[in-house]
Amino acid sequence: MSATVTPPTTTPSVVAGANAAAGRVKKKMSSPVASFIAVIIAIVWTVPTFGLALSSFRPERDIKTTGWWTAFSNPSFTLDNYREVLFGASSSGRLANFFLNSLVITVPSVMFSLFFGALAAYALSWMRWRLRDWVFIAIFALQIVPLQMALVPLLKIFSSWYPFSELDPQGTGKFLTIWIAHVCFGMPLVTYLLHNFMSDLPSELMEAARVDGADHARIFRSIVLPLIVPALASIGIFQFLYIWNDLLVGLVFGTTETKPLTAALADLAGTRGNEWQRLTAGAFVSMIVPLIVFISLQRYFVRGLLAGGLKG
Amino acid sequence: MENWEPKLTMLAVGIVAFVVVAGAIMLIVDNWPKRLFRDQAQIFWFIGPPVALVGFGLVYPAINTFILSFKDPNGTAWVGLDNYKWIFTDPDGLLNVRNTAIWVLLTPIISVAVGLIYALLIDKMRRESLAKIFVFLPMAISGVAAAIIWKFVFAYRANRFEQIGLLNAITKKLGFETQQWLLNAPWNTLLLIVVMIWVQAGFAMVVLSAAIKGIPNDMIEAARLDGVNAWQMFWKITLPTVRPTVVVVFVTITIGVLKVFDIVRTMTGGNYDTSVVANGMYFYAFVGNQQGWGSALAVFLFVLVTPVVLYQVRQLRRQRLEAR
Repeated sequence: MSATVTPPTTTPSVVAGANAAAGRVKKKMSSPVASFIAVIIAIVWTVPTFGLALSSFRPERDIKTTGWWTAFSNPSFTLDNYREVLFGASSSGRLANFFLNSLVITVPSVMFSLFFGALAAYALSWMRWRLRDWVFIAIFALQIVPLQMALVPLLKIFSSWYPFSELDPQGTGKFLTIWIAHVCFGMPLVTYLLHNFMSDLPSELMEAARVDGADHARIFRSIVLPLIVPALASIGIFQFLYIWNDLLVGLVFGTTETKPLTAALADLAGTRGNEWQRLTAGAFVSMIVPLIVFISLQRYFVRGLLAGGLKG
Repeated sequence: MENWEPKLTMLAVGIVAFVVVAGAIMLIVDNWPKRLFRDQAQIFWFIGPPVALVGFGLVYPAINTFILSFKDPNGTAWVGLDNYKWIFTDPDGLLNVRNTAIWVLLTPIISVAVGLIYALLIDKMRRESLAKIFVFLPMAISGVAAAIIWKFVFAYRANRFEQIGLLNAITKKLGFETQQWLLNAPWNTLLLIVVMIWVQAGFAMVVLSAAIKGIPNDMIEAARLDGVNAWQMFWKITLPTVRPTVVVVFVTITIGVLKVFDIVRTMTGGNYDTSVVANGMYFYAFVGNQQGWGSALAVFLFVLVTPVVLYQVRQLRRQRLEAR
């Protein structure tokens, strides 16, 4: 867990060696058989998504009577499915509403998770107090505890205690309960990951700041936070995708007014399982944000994932 | 769009609340008087709120669930171990256990195998990062979307009609009768597992690929000078070196599989004998009015992951001791 800094002088030789080895390995591994198998796996992994994406642009009649692969020989495309599923009759989803819900759920949840996680991570890595190691171990262990353990009692608390009903005739105030649930459930993992990054910072920095008379709050804000911005980005993206894609918390704590896109889509799949024109377009709507985030910020996402050990 | 105004207001409320809470905590710690144990107060304000959140949202409810698992569906009368007896003797309860066992036995090993093979095949290939995206992409989307994608692959039309599902189209092309794939137990469980493998293989691939790149070149060079072939290289060098990573990936996927909910719920709703523990927990606790059974299933899930928790804690303490 201690920080190890590679002396920069060794880097050139290491890189040169890697390149030479890479060249030789490339010759060996680029055999046609290896490439062929890799291509097969890539195709098998991509075709289902491709079929869905293509189908979402086909007219209802075509989707229901012919396979999507026939669209190549007989192309006919439309945006009607999207219009219908986003803004149409309530029976066909009106997913635009729930898209907005997912946004309202995700953004504040991620912000609060990161803030409280960063506070806790700082307290666990750079403050000295009794019980610190025990609290750290408890938070570490809680990452793996299934959140199923918490659902029933937490829902009971929320349904017996909700003081804002009168302020809030539309019931949109209930987003609050989903935020709280997500922030609580996300706390252990976010804290643990941020702790890993923070505790790797050089202690000389903190000691120098202490000598200059800075207190913890100052060190946290002006030294630690700026240095862990990349980590905050990775973990933030990770947490964003996790909450955006969540179904369980959304189903349990969401109401008809506040449930996320995933829950609305799951309902659609349950009640209208054969309405493929809606399901394909709906699924694609729910994938757009994760795909954009993933493709544009893949580097950060992978870093979060590699650090992210045991999420579930 | 309906109600978009109050919803956007809530989004604003959430963001403002964030600024207020974060600002308030920072103001309090900044202005705490020196004579009132300023250092201790700062520690309290840093670790207090997160611990309170975890206590309120996880620890306290978990203890409550444990208690509820010994009570009747209304949470009033004690029923002893009846709910646990139900899991292990009633056909409905046992079904969850059996299916979860099948999931845990198959998913991690196949996901890791596919991920490792793919990572090896594309290692040092031209356009390696592009090749990764194809297998990694399912990791970014929700279980619900993944389930719909595959439901469409498994879609059924009677044999005499033109097929719209890829699997039945292939089945028919090969001369067999088309099948209602998701309705036929026990094979339908295997098809749900396919979806999970499709999602998790990308995770295994990315993490293992990073580990493969970490193998020291001297080691590969030395082995090559000794004239080992690709097969021996894999078993003697690659696999032993990345074994710790394989274990981590395997454990991570296992935990994910134990908690699998969205795929089962979206594909079949747990019907047609496909229910697993995590899905059964949701169903009995929130739909089926059997809170006792649901709680017992949650506790059972907890018991299943406990060995992993203990193992991880032991590893962590060892690491921390070494770091000292």
